[in-house]
Amino acid sequence: MEKRIRVLVAKPGLDGHDRGAKVVARALRDAGFEVIYTGLRQTPEQIAEAALQEDVNVVAMSILSGAHAHIFPKVVNLLKGKGMDDVLVVGGGVIPESDIPALKAAGIAEVFTPGTTTGTIIDFIKANVK
Amino acid sequence: MDIAQELLNGSKLALSRAITSIENEHDDAVSIMKKLYPHTGNAFVFGITGPPGAGKSTLTDKLAREYRLMGKTVGIIAIDPTSPFSGGAILGDRIRMNDLTLDEGVFIRSMGTRGSLGGLSRKTADAVKAMDAFGKDIIFIETVGVGQSEVDIVKAADTTMVVLVPGLGDDIQAIKAGILEIGDVFAINKADHEGADRLNVELNMMLDLGGMTKDWRPPIKQVVANQGKGVTELITTIEEHYAHLKTTGQLTTRRTERTKNEMLDILKNGIGTYITNHITASGQFDQYVKDVEDRRIDPYSVVNDILRGLLK
Repeated sequence: MEKRIRVLVAKPGLDGHDRGAKVVARALRDAGFEVIYTGLRQTPEQIAEAALQEDVNVVAMSILSGAHAHIFPKVVNLLKGKGMDDVLVVGGGVIPESDIPALKAAGIAEVFTPGTTTGTIIDFIKANVK
Repeated sequence: MDIAQELLNGSKLALSRAITSIENEHDDAVSIMKKLYPHTGNAFVFGITGPPGAGKSTLTDKLAREYRLMGKTVGIIAIDPTSPFSGGAILGDRIRMNDLTLDEGVFIRSMGTRGSLGGLSRKTADAVKAMDAFGKDIIFIETVGVGQSEVDIVKAADTTMVVLVPGLGDDIQAIKAGILEIGDVFAINKADHEGADRLNVELNMMLDLGGMTKDWRPPIKQVVANQGKGVTELITTIEEHYAHLKTTGQLTTRRTERTKNEMLDILKNGIGTYITNHITASGQFDQYVKDVEDRRIDPYSVVNDILRGLLK
């Protein structure tokens, strides 16, 4: 039996800054994960549906437009509605420290802000994936 | 939950979980496949192959949309390479298909090759069966970007389309063996680029040299996938080939061949597992290895002895 961690890397919202998401996708690939990269400007509905079809263990979202407080929790709820309540949801981007407690309360397992090393993200996923 | 039963009842989550079980060879994978098998054999399985960057994903997206307009449900299996070094993969085919994600009649699954070298992943055929049992009318298999010899797709698909683009080489490339021999249909994508007509001529020459004895001469269609140009005509051609397969009985021939290959694969895997568990794992085998190494006996005789014991 073979277990491969599958991660959906998505860029919700309207900003076009996907360098960070691509760096993370590449780092996860090199860590042995299967990364499904869906590209820019994804709606929460698209992200949740793609996560369902791909049966991912992790949904990783990057957002730099400031819409995180709205979009991240919405994805968590949509996933739950599809029976995907065992998915680890993480977020990253320019997110103020003061917003993080609310995001965590809404079901985002961890939020990675600028300066985070890719190693930190990989270790977190390995330690927390179900 | 009973994954197979839920899948047959139409649960997308169950379909998704079933493919994971199959791909990871979970303990329940075989029992799921057993239950799904009677419900397979109804879908049209369509293979898309071609070099990296030829536009396979974009063309798949456009063709799938056309089929949806025709009222057909669609499954898509998109394969990308797994890194031989890390075992990881970037599966990026969905980027070209984002508008299909929310279409209830479409199910897209990305797969890594996980060490398989023929352009597919080892479990592609079983994933196709899961989508077939789920009730998809047409299932696309998009291979990894291929070079010249990754031709496993012909064993998995009813109709195979080779997507080419201008500018990849001269006419000697076209007479080499490999993927150009497996196309039932050819699509020249990016036909608005320079060299498309020339490629068309070269492909035609290649087909004229070889195809006289066959009752189907692979048609060549020029398309511009990202603008949707030529897609409707391409579908007509694909459907003509499928109809040709049915009327000539070749569909049955191809599927019989596939069933035979699959059964042989399962049998070989079973024997391989038996050998690993019962023979190479025993101390007896290590003793044989030592004897062979010391030249007390040759490996052929040893294998003969083992096989005789096995087949008693």
